[in-house]
Amino acid sequence: MRTLPFLFGCLALGAIAFVLGRALGNDYLFFAGYTVLQYIVLATGWNILGGYTGYVNFGSAAFFAIGAYTSVVLQKSGSLPLPVMVGIGGLAAGLVGLAMGYLTLRLRGAFFAIATLALAVVMQTIVVNWNYVGGSRGAYILRPAAIDIAGFTLPYIQYLFATMAILAAIGVSAARAIERSRLGFGLAAIRDDEAAAEACGVPTLKLKLVATTLSGALMGMAGAPLPYYIGYLQPSSAFGLDYAINAIAMPMIGGTTSWAGPVIGAVLLGTLQQLATVTISSVANLLIVGLLLTGFVMVAPNGILGLVQKFRPGRIALRRHPLFRGQQ
Amino acid sequence: MTTELLINAVIAGVLLGGFYAALTVGISLSFGILDIVNIAHPAFIILGAYIAYLLNSSLGLDPILASIVTLPLFFGLGALVYQVYHLSFERRGQDPMRGLAFFFGLLIIIEVVLILAFGVDYRYVQTAYRDITLHYGFVDLPMRMLVPFAVALALVAILILFLSRSFTGRMIMAVSQDAVALKLLAADPVRIKRTAFALSIATASVAGALLIVIQPVEPSIGREYIGRIFAICVLGGLQSLPGMLVGAMLLGVIESITATFYGPSWAPAVSFGLLLFALAFRPAGLFGR
Repeated sequence: MRTLPFLFGCLALGAIAFVLGRALGNDYLFFAGYTVLQYIVLATGWNILGGYTGYVNFGSAAFFAIGAYTSVVLQKSGSLPLPVMVGIGGLAAGLVGLAMGYLTLRLRGAFFAIATLALAVVMQTIVVNWNYVGGSRGAYILRPAAIDIAGFTLPYIQYLFATMAILAAIGVSAARAIERSRLGFGLAAIRDDEAAAEACGVPTLKLKLVATTLSGALMGMAGAPLPYYIGYLQPSSAFGLDYAINAIAMPMIGGTTSWAGPVIGAVLLGTLQQLATVTISSVANLLIVGLLLTGFVMVAPNGILGLVQKFRPGRIALRRHPLFRGQQ
Repeated sequence: MTTELLINAVIAGVLLGGFYAALTVGISLSFGILDIVNIAHPAFIILGAYIAYLLNSSLGLDPILASIVTLPLFFGLGALVYQVYHLSFERRGQDPMRGLAFFFGLLIIIEVVLILAFGVDYRYVQTAYRDITLHYGFVDLPMRMLVPFAVALALVAILILFLSRSFTGRMIMAVSQDAVALKLLAADPVRIKRTAFALSIATASVAGALLIVIQPVEPSIGREYIGRIFAICVLGGLQSLPGMLVGAMLLGVIESITATFYGPSWAPAVSFGLLLFALAFRPAGLFGR
């Protein structure tokens, strides 16, 4: 399927969910659905760098928070429509991603991972010390009760849900398009063997910078509507551990080599966490995700997608071929 | 007046740096020498702090003494973690990215289990020397910092001697250089790496006790130290323990001066900024080739 029909398919899926939610008339569904969609965008963003290119980013929460705090700044200095804020938030996070990549991507993967951990703390320290956005006290955002679009009056949470659904459709389509493009093949070559890729004429640094920028931008866009969603944004929630761990756990559990992996992971883990938050506690959430993540990387290194491929009949003959043995 | 403030800040920084060295020595072993990116190390340190807290509040044991008692426990834990890591990742030739994710998951699990067991309240310990401060002229030396400093230096010194003088220590250094060559000499690299990794986790027990002597502890503060200890490890040049000690002192002094003159809330950003620049411009460390 080409990219455009796929995008329209995703949008149609989002529209169906939206209409269903409205028909059921329960606002909780929109709150829960928003979280899952936000995780789809976050996990897809992470996967462009982490899955396609093989560079682990532990600082997803920083990019997410840059998006969120860009919205706070914009909201304080004048009113802009939400989609514009999302765009600017993505731009800001993308630029930070580019700068970060430029500083560290010439190093081994482990150094990059450690640097991203450090980035999250630097960003959090800056925000905590920045009084304009509320510092450590946090910032209140007045969420309008409803919004008028083309004559319709929508409750604001439904508007947020719709925005995030469109964003998720665009994000997933973009990730899918990248995967099958020249860029995607270049990134895969870097993941498999960076030195060999470089030797074959793949412009590794350039491609990695593109990946970091795109990945950062998507994660920033996932965070941009957050202040409106929770109404009161403080550094500890924007830089929360949930985002850092979920952004990694969801693609790893779903499968990192394809666009479908992060989506599967985000839907499964996101729903599971919504259920666990309601029935057990939000701390238990993280424990579940942590256990699943360690379990999956140990037992099923290629995630759910890997498991599916493993048991698909046609592939078995190929796997038994001597050339493929030992590469699992 | 400012000079006195500066001198005090530098001395406080050196004391802090010694303590940082105790936190980092485990990472120098696992990441620097064995090339295992154990980002869960700070979580093990917090675990050590809580065990010291438990023994201190129930038996009245001095936390540092308690940590030495629990050393074998941590050694065993480290051996276990390495075994799991080796079987699931090293032996299968998995790409290191999944190993990273494994340790990240481990970090979360330890932290959440501690939150479930102890809550998020700050815990602290009672020691005989907690409130004593030595004064020499205008220089203040709080025992709360001086004792951890001394213990940390002893810990690093013992490890330096162990790695350079003992047979096992030399094998550990050898495995980091060429595991295949070691195999040809009929030594089992896996066993040596297991010992070294177990040793690195064992140091977390002592480091945790020092941490809780210096400041009250809650489960998630470990994350504040991840960047710091990796920054020190990288600054010092990965494989060199003396280099690591200098890196730790440097970071301690810079942080202490920042905290004195610009306020403590900026201190973490300085250390992490230093890490970013060290990684960008001098990844081989201050003393690297």
